[in-house]
Amino acid sequence: MTDVTHGTLEPLSAGGIDDVELYHPKSWITKYVFSQDAKVIAIQYALTALAIGLVALVLSWLMRMQIAFPGLLSFIDAERYYQFITMHGMIMVIYLLTALFLGGFGNYLIPLMLGARDMVFPYVNMLSFWIYFLAVLVLAGGFFVPGGPTGAGWTLYPPQAILANTPGQQWGIIVLLVSLMLFIIGFTMGGLNYVVTVLQGRCRGMTLMRMPLTIWGIFTATIMALLAFPALFVGAVMMLLDRLIGTSFFMPAIVAMGEQLGHKGGSPILFQHLFWFFGHPEVYIVALPAFGIVSDLISTHARKNIFGYRMMVWALVAIGALSFVVWAHHMYVSGMHPSFGFFFATTTLIIAIPTAIKVYNWVLTLWRGDIHFTPPMLFALGFIVTFVNGGLTGLFLGNVVVDVPLSDTMFVVAHFHMVMGVAPILVVFGAIYHWYPKITGRMLDDALARLHFWVTFLGAYLIFFPMHYIGLMGVPRRYHEMGEMAFVPPSTATLNAFITIVALIVGAAQLVFVFNLAWSLRKGRPAGGNPWRATTLEWQTPQTPPAHGNWGQTLPVVYRWAYDYSVPGAAQDFLPQNQPPDPGTA
Amino acid sequence: MNELAPTTPNAKIANAKIAPATGWRGTVADWSSDQRAFRTVSWGKAMMWVFLLSDTFVFSCFLIAYMTARMSTTVPWPMPSEVFALEVSGHHFPLLLIAIMTFVLISSSGTMAMAVNFGYRRDRRKTAALMLATALLGAAFVGMQAFEWTKLISEGVRPWGNPWGAEQFGASFFMITGFHGTHVTIGVIFLLIIARKVWRGDFDGGRRGFFTSRKGNYEIVEITGLYWHFVDLVWVFIFALFYLW
Repeated sequence: MTDVTHGTLEPLSAGGIDDVELYHPKSWITKYVFSQDAKVIAIQYALTALAIGLVALVLSWLMRMQIAFPGLLSFIDAERYYQFITMHGMIMVIYLLTALFLGGFGNYLIPLMLGARDMVFPYVNMLSFWIYFLAVLVLAGGFFVPGGPTGAGWTLYPPQAILANTPGQQWGIIVLLVSLMLFIIGFTMGGLNYVVTVLQGRCRGMTLMRMPLTIWGIFTATIMALLAFPALFVGAVMMLLDRLIGTSFFMPAIVAMGEQLGHKGGSPILFQHLFWFFGHPEVYIVALPAFGIVSDLISTHARKNIFGYRMMVWALVAIGALSFVVWAHHMYVSGMHPSFGFFFATTTLIIAIPTAIKVYNWVLTLWRGDIHFTPPMLFALGFIVTFVNGGLTGLFLGNVVVDVPLSDTMFVVAHFHMVMGVAPILVVFGAIYHWYPKITGRMLDDALARLHFWVTFLGAYLIFFPMHYIGLMGVPRRYHEMGEMAFVPPSTATLNAFITIVALIVGAAQLVFVFNLAWSLRKGRPAGGNPWRATTLEWQTPQTPPAHGNWGQTLPVVYRWAYDYSVPGAAQDFLPQNQPPDPGTA
Repeated sequence: MNELAPTTPNAKIANAKIAPATGWRGTVADWSSDQRAFRTVSWGKAMMWVFLLSDTFVFSCFLIAYMTARMSTTVPWPMPSEVFALEVSGHHFPLLLIAIMTFVLISSSGTMAMAVNFGYRRDRRKTAALMLATALLGAAFVGMQAFEWTKLISEGVRPWGNPWGAEQFGASFFMITGFHGTHVTIGVIFLLIIARKVWRGDFDGGRRGFFTSRKGNYEIVEITGLYWHFVDLVWVFIFALFYLW
């Protein structure tokens, strides 16, 4: 289904939209610190997200140490353990993955892939990053306030999130809720930019149905985020009021430590509804950009057009829409009305259809392709396998009767780490290996990249496959120490020790990646403008790395879809989107 | 209406050679065309619409959460028409103040719409004056809300309890009207800023913005208007779901 414009299109300035006035930085500060250039903002977002992500990685090490060797690190008492769990989850899901995919890749790729000079409102875009940065600082500040960060679990369920004796009840929960509200405000500013740039800021010839799937993924996810984050925002405001001035939105009448608390009549389930109305779309806010990026990586590195482009787009949109009506499958054991379970189980299982379409289309894109096992391709393949694995256990957990016994066991931990931890992170790595040459002008070292891939990929399976088994054996999640539990066989302790050792190795292997990023910046092989011989516009910029304004004097004009690889009869095995059709063959 | 057209980038689209198709056919044509999905909508206006969509979800969540609390509480909910009644010269008027507030806010939507109209006619003075009138009506609304808050607080309503029934009454009331009042206040501030720019002739002289260093145009009046009408619309829902229920 190639989509080619025959004849020539006028260059942009005659096409209708005036070339946009750019803000020209006047000093080092406005160029690199308070920058309004989406590319600089993207790198700022990515580095901040990766930095706070490393903190979360260390937290996961500490948790694993406690699970495998209880008491070995004596400073990890029960309170600290819960604080580590909470901060690890919060940081990884929101401050790392959401910020990196939308703020990082979104900012870098949307203007470049669409042939725009910048985001539509660069100033708002800059504010977006700095509010995000502030949110991260406030979040990190939680580690230094009296009582430490909150230990309520990343879902922050009331009433325990704000009851005395929950770690961090004094300051931590307040700091976290404020940080979340800041994050949402900052994200909204960026998200408006991404959506409007995609809708209204494309170059001549770039129709919606010619956009690379990366952009479709980021675009759909951003719309979802703009509609899902409000629920978290409202939940955070209400919980903050409960905590600070003693309202009872989420707090029922409670006797704690033999004392009647002042609250009465609130509904803890209400918070769960608000949280998961955000929380489930959040899974796809992280997954859809990954879906899109993987589609482009596979097509480029298998030198073959994506199979079923139209279906891929509609599947993204369908997943995005469906993800708003499945949230209560996180709440089967919460005490909501039992008949809700039927509805939410059904919608949950329906999501498997568009998701399966995507997986089949990836596999069919690979089918008889000219597969180059480059690092981005390895990570993309790793993603598909991991996502299928994690998705299948999702079908288990989506069914009420299967979920009830498995819920709150390590099986759930293994499931969501596979599907929304490991799988998107593999895409993040693949995408960085893919686009680093464009961002810096140099290739990342190939041997180190392969080492990084195999340790990470195999390691992730060694960590999370046994964890499913441990969960099936009934080992509960979120327990600081198992103690003497008759139903937990001793073999699980051995497996837990094994998992922890692998986790330490996999975590340390990420240093190889960090080293590679730093080393290649200076010493890497020069990449040239289009090292992967890719078709999309970001590889056709006049300079590499792209200069301010991206396109030099004239904006590009797009004549074809993004997937013209191995076109029969073409002179080379890829036709860039801005290459006019050959008048002879047309 | 098209006075504005030649100065804005998107207006060239409107004047472009493509004869705009109408109805669904036009929508499909727009969405499958290049460059922009909404042919006649500028970046700023599109951004405001998307923001309002997101903000709709914020207010929906607030209102649905409040309705959940109201429906699930086991103690009686205070009667809004009695709580918000006023005694005027010996007569008992249920919801009197709320009715006046609603009237004022909806009237401000009228002056806002007129300001947008005069903006497109590039009538600097009338636009600025009407925006100022809108801002004054908005400020009057916030003032009456402050009066209402004071009255309720003096009667013993607190976010954590009240003399008449479910304590979620006070909590929801202060939270929802407070959040809406904040929106109105921000709107008033924006109206004043834009009115000043209009009055000074920034959009006739192509003066550059302080932060963005971009030139503005009269469309910002309409964008401010979109926000203002949205805030009014939200009030209608708060009025219906909180006070009339």
